Amino acid sequence: MTGFDLSAILTNPEFVAMLLHGIEMTFVIAIGSWILAMTLAILLLALRFSPGRFGNAFVAGYVSYHRNVPTLVQLMLWYFGIFTLLPDWLTYWLASHNAEAIFAIIGLGLCQAAYFSEDLRSGLRSVSPGQMEAARALGHGYISAMRFVMMPQGVRNALPPLINHSVSLFKNSSLGVVIGASELTHAVKEIENLSFRTFEIYLIGTLLYLFFSLLIMAGGAYVSMRADPATRARA
Amino acid sequence: MINDIVAIFHDYWLLLLIGQYPNGPLGGLANTLILSALSIALAFPLSILLALARLSKWPFLRWPVTVLVYVTRGVPLLMLILWSYFLVPLLTGADVPSFVTMLTTLVVYQAAFLSEVVRAGIVALGHGQMEAAKALGHGYFGAMRFVILPQALYNMIPSILSTFVSTIKDTTLGYVINVPDLTFAASQVNNQLLTQPFQVFLILAVIYYAICWSLTHVAYRLERRITRRRAGLNGVRAATVIAPVKIISEQL
Repeated sequence: MTGFDLSAILTNPEFVAMLLHGIEMTFVIAIGSWILAMTLAILLLALRFSPGRFGNAFVAGYVSYHRNVPTLVQLMLWYFGIFTLLPDWLTYWLASHNAEAIFAIIGLGLCQAAYFSEDLRSGLRSVSPGQMEAARALGHGYISAMRFVMMPQGVRNALPPLINHSVSLFKNSSLGVVIGASELTHAVKEIENLSFRTFEIYLIGTLLYLFFSLLIMAGGAYVSMRADPATRARA
Repeated sequence: MINDIVAIFHDYWLLLLIGQYPNGPLGGLANTLILSALSIALAFPLSILLALARLSKWPFLRWPVTVLVYVTRGVPLLMLILWSYFLVPLLTGADVPSFVTMLTTLVVYQAAFLSEVVRAGIVALGHGQMEAAKALGHGYFGAMRFVILPQALYNMIPSILSTFVSTIKDTTLGYVINVPDLTFAASQVNNQLLTQPFQVFLILAVIYYAICWSLTHVAYRLERRITRRRAGLNGVRAATVIAPVKIISEQL
């Protein structure tokens, strides 16, 4: 084993291509599951606030399951378990369309939806009920009052946890390696097996993850600043 | 389906509980709990030191710890596990069992997270406590030991418990370096049966759910109790006090 040499990896076109593909898949998984999670979170929130006991109990159960079972176990249940129960035509279709990535997106998205919906809910709960009453008094309907008065304030309150959980979601995309999705951690392990330069490739992988996580945190800080009326004028 | 699950549970409950223990290393649920408890027990004192270092007025103490906290927050746990898997045997020069590798990773990882909780707890107490303690003749360490930490740590008990829960969830990642824990035992069962992966992983999910749900529930009860005590409302009925939900936990 020779000394520390980053260029052995960074000048090898094959390794660079693997890394780039890994980054691409990481973003496909992270962004895909983020969109799925946010959509579901808003639906769950609507169910939570809808009249009737059933919706509330369903959402409480959903959130409880996804927060108390390790994300990795959820992914395993999806990929090793539920995948085998699907009808044949769907299995074939999935197998020919990168099933690993699809199940990583589904598993992570469903799990994250629980966190996002709780963040949004606590954000909304901290908006004073008087806001709703005032909006209704001004002639807004329920949906319209939610859309124009409650949600903008609720989302603003919920921004810090939402950003934290978005960073966690990005980091959790690395769990895809366990079910064989070819994302960044997978690329790092492959390159390690091919080049035997463990230290260098781990360093590159770590720095890439760190860079993107810090970028998301910085982006989140910027969005929070823009969303806060007190600092918006200066931004 | 239900019959299958009952049959699997009936045949393999011992493997899921203690792994291959008498004939092999301790594994299964017992190992998961031991690993989590050990990591928290070691991470907790470390986190206090890290928090004090981050609050210190000397940059050479503050900076490295700040970097450590940001790195552990910005890098996936899986990546850190791969690092320890590579570095721990290299640094110790010995063939280290995967249990120790996982323990090292979790201690560093959770200490970094807990240190933020401890720091928040200390900052939340305000300057007054420190100034009062110093005015009474305590030095820095005396004030920390007898005035600041007892208060900060007492308020932190629920956070520590919820960190314990997330540690239990984190131990599942030991699967990638073959730590013989509950997840590993379940995948062994799955490899023996081959035909019932859904049932096996459903059992796994249910066991984790039962443990983490109960511990989260205890944390919540403790938090309400501590909030009430802090507010000086020991004898007041529960319904009159609404506890803010502020359990800090890193999700995994």
